[in-house]
Amino acid sequence: MPMDEIALDHSHDAHDHKPGFVTRWFFSTNHKDIGTLYLVFAIIAGIVGYSLSGLIRWELAEPGIGPMLWIQTNFFGLEGDAAITAAKHFYNVVISYHGLVMIFFMVMPALIGGFGNWFVPLMIGAPDMAFPRMNNISLWLTVGAFILACISMVVPGGPGGNGFGGGWTLYPPLSSTVGHPGPAMDLLILSLHTAGIASILGAINFIVTILNMRAPGMTMHKMPLFAWSILVTAVLLLLALPVLAGALTMLLTDRNFGSQFFIPNGGGDPVMFQHLFWFFGHPEVYIMILPAFGIVSHIVSTFSKKPIFGYLGMAYAMVSIGVIGFVVWAHHMYTVGMNVDLKAYFVAATMVIAVPTGIKIFSWIATMWGGSIDFKVPMLWAIGFIFLFTVGGVTGVVLANAGVDHALHDTYYVVAHFHYVLSLGAVFGLFAGWYYWFEKMFGVKYNSILAGLHFWLMFIGSNVLFFPQHFLGLQGMPRRYIDYNEGFSTWHYVSSIGYAITLVATIIFFISIAEAAIRRRKATSGNPWGEGATTLEWTLPSPPPFHQYNELPVVNTKGGH
Amino acid sequence: MRHLTAALSACLFAAPAWAALPEDGALNFQPAATRIAERVHEFHNVLLWIITLITALVTVLLVWVMIRYSKAANKTPRKFSHNTTVEVIWTVVPALILVGIASLSFPNLYYQNVTPNLGQIAATSNALLAEGKTAEHLAYTKNHFPDAAEKGFVNVKIQGNQWNWTYTYMDIQDESGSALEFVSNGLHKGRASDPVDVGPRNLATDYPMVIPAGRYIRYYTAAADVIHAFTVPAFAVKTDAIPGRLNEGWFLVDEPGVYYGQCSEICGIDHAYMPIEVRVVTQAQFDRWAELMKTGDFDAAAASVREVAALESDTQFASSN
Repeated sequence: MPMDEIALDHSHDAHDHKPGFVTRWFFSTNHKDIGTLYLVFAIIAGIVGYSLSGLIRWELAEPGIGPMLWIQTNFFGLEGDAAITAAKHFYNVVISYHGLVMIFFMVMPALIGGFGNWFVPLMIGAPDMAFPRMNNISLWLTVGAFILACISMVVPGGPGGNGFGGGWTLYPPLSSTVGHPGPAMDLLILSLHTAGIASILGAINFIVTILNMRAPGMTMHKMPLFAWSILVTAVLLLLALPVLAGALTMLLTDRNFGSQFFIPNGGGDPVMFQHLFWFFGHPEVYIMILPAFGIVSHIVSTFSKKPIFGYLGMAYAMVSIGVIGFVVWAHHMYTVGMNVDLKAYFVAATMVIAVPTGIKIFSWIATMWGGSIDFKVPMLWAIGFIFLFTVGGVTGVVLANAGVDHALHDTYYVVAHFHYVLSLGAVFGLFAGWYYWFEKMFGVKYNSILAGLHFWLMFIGSNVLFFPQHFLGLQGMPRRYIDYNEGFSTWHYVSSIGYAITLVATIIFFISIAEAAIRRRKATSGNPWGEGATTLEWTLPSPPPFHQYNELPVVNTKGGH
Repeated sequence: MRHLTAALSACLFAAPAWAALPEDGALNFQPAATRIAERVHEFHNVLLWIITLITALVTVLLVWVMIRYSKAANKTPRKFSHNTTVEVIWTVVPALILVGIASLSFPNLYYQNVTPNLGQIAATSNALLAEGKTAEHLAYTKNHFPDAAEKGFVNVKIQGNQWNWTYTYMDIQDESGSALEFVSNGLHKGRASDPVDVGPRNLATDYPMVIPAGRYIRYYTAAADVIHAFTVPAFAVKTDAIPGRLNEGWFLVDEPGVYYGQCSEICGIDHAYMPIEVRVVTQAQFDRWAELMKTGDFDAAAASVREVAALESDTQFASSN
């Protein structure tokens, strides 16, 4: 903040005065505080989602029903067949909420709500988001949605017990009164509606902010790629979520008010739900990965001390991924009995996405080419991301072929594929951003040794966890199974060991946060990364003042990204 | 990844073993039992080479830039940010690779998805033979089976229920004209009281689906309550069973044996406990089984296919019985 600007400012902003605790954190309209709250929320939801995946890997470490039965016997006092039935239902509940929590309450709030809120205004030179109060509503609706989802887990669901156990895809009739007559599913619909409204409001906020509040001189073609990624993501959210809302509303009225949209006896069709769901669901996977693309671009450029290679190609690759992402949805539904010509179309359209994705991968490598690469922790995560996303991407090309997908659909091959692009893609992007901006956000330095250890254990652990799942899928191991034939034992066991390694990594992650909080090594400058870090957030002190850019920065006509 | 491709290549050239169970520690598909599965596996082998090479290329490039352009090796970064030639190359080359993949993918897709016209297969085969085009005939009969086509389809309706399968043989009727229909339950339910030594755990059923070897099977899937999916990995066949819909598919198995599959669409608490057991037997044995089923003695019928299938394929299926 320029000194003369402060002198002119009569308000309390001059001393960077912050409001009291309750006003600041519960009625917040400041994009940075809201971003921090989103990150805290995502960490809490992440603990829930990650614990659920721990239950899955614990159960699947050996064939037979083990830990789930133990939980039912010891915590719920059930015995005999009743305990077995409850264990089976509980497992289905665990896998369903693992997916829902990770997608809606961990990855999206962290990447879009957290980093998007924090860094879109900073990067484009805006004082705040366009609609600060709406920003606050988005945050607390997301929190409310999460609470609804948690309640839904413990109220009656299906015949086997509490919670909804039909998978995150919510296919009717399993999600209608036939499969889950209890209120758990209704609460879940309400939860997703609420989360959807929060995301739509957030998306509008981002679009308006990015289109209208860029600093003087920052044209769209000079805007940082992270802002581009959030813009494309926000447009996808705005177009995709209403379709999910429509499908969920129809499901809700089917369940409660006698409509028959998805009930065949009344002339409805369960497959229509799948079309609507995946029309949302496929853009949703790009919603989760595009912000990570943006983050990785900045990190690769910063630590190679080189401008991003093919900036325009990178921006428009994201735009085209977004556009094509809307016309490929039925590749999730190759086995529902579609017309073969329709399948052929979806095969072709899906494979086209590999082209812009390839452009991104090669452009990152070209950005590193000729650079002077500093292997700081964020760069490790970014390089890990590029490699793992490539592995996840190429198995996507395999699955795009409907002929092969008939063998692999709903097997662990698919599980491995989408965890490589999401659990290893989006999440690695998330941690890359976390370490890249940690000092900027909190004003203290993290411990590089702990952070490096976190990376290496996570990298090894998640590969041990997910790579063997390709083998399981090829052998025919179906998804969402509590129990399996002994012929699948070895790789399931290895996979569970991989989870244990990631558990150590995750504990180190929390230790590193605690260590940084206790030691409080203050940031000495606004830019710890040196000449490679060229975006506007690095021109501000760390942490940035409560209100930044009282005088708008002017982006000169040369460069800017 | 290297071991995977090595195993794959070995698989291509090895004689088929016709095991129909998941094999512990295996890296690849269960051996193909249908032409559909063979073609899927051949295509997947090509894909596996392509994706392995792409991943290797990206890895090599990453490692190369990490070594060559590390801070220690290259103190002053260069500043270029464009190179039209390479950008065009890495847009066009992947697109061409995808066109190549699609050219293999579509014939494969149409082969497995279009239920064959049996009359036409017999006619085409006869025409080729009449014209003396033996090479073409050989190529044609790799994917089409004129002998089986002459005999027509064996039609089976497969209905998914929570949590078992109902098989209906529309063409096999008793005196009153009712079609042969029976329910197939998994023998294991994840309970301590589950029977032991009755077949592979979580895969064996009480009354298996029985089909004759070397015949075109046309199946229809339906569902009574929620969505299920009929799958047999060795056949590379998977079709959702959806309430209110009738989906169609086909396959032809040459080798008698026992082939296991499992429900592949989440359907509630016993999703993992509604296996599919397909016993492929000779035509004579199939007819005997059908007669026994018609008398209502399901146990005798099931026993008849258990014994003979085990006898015929003693060496191959010793572990599965």
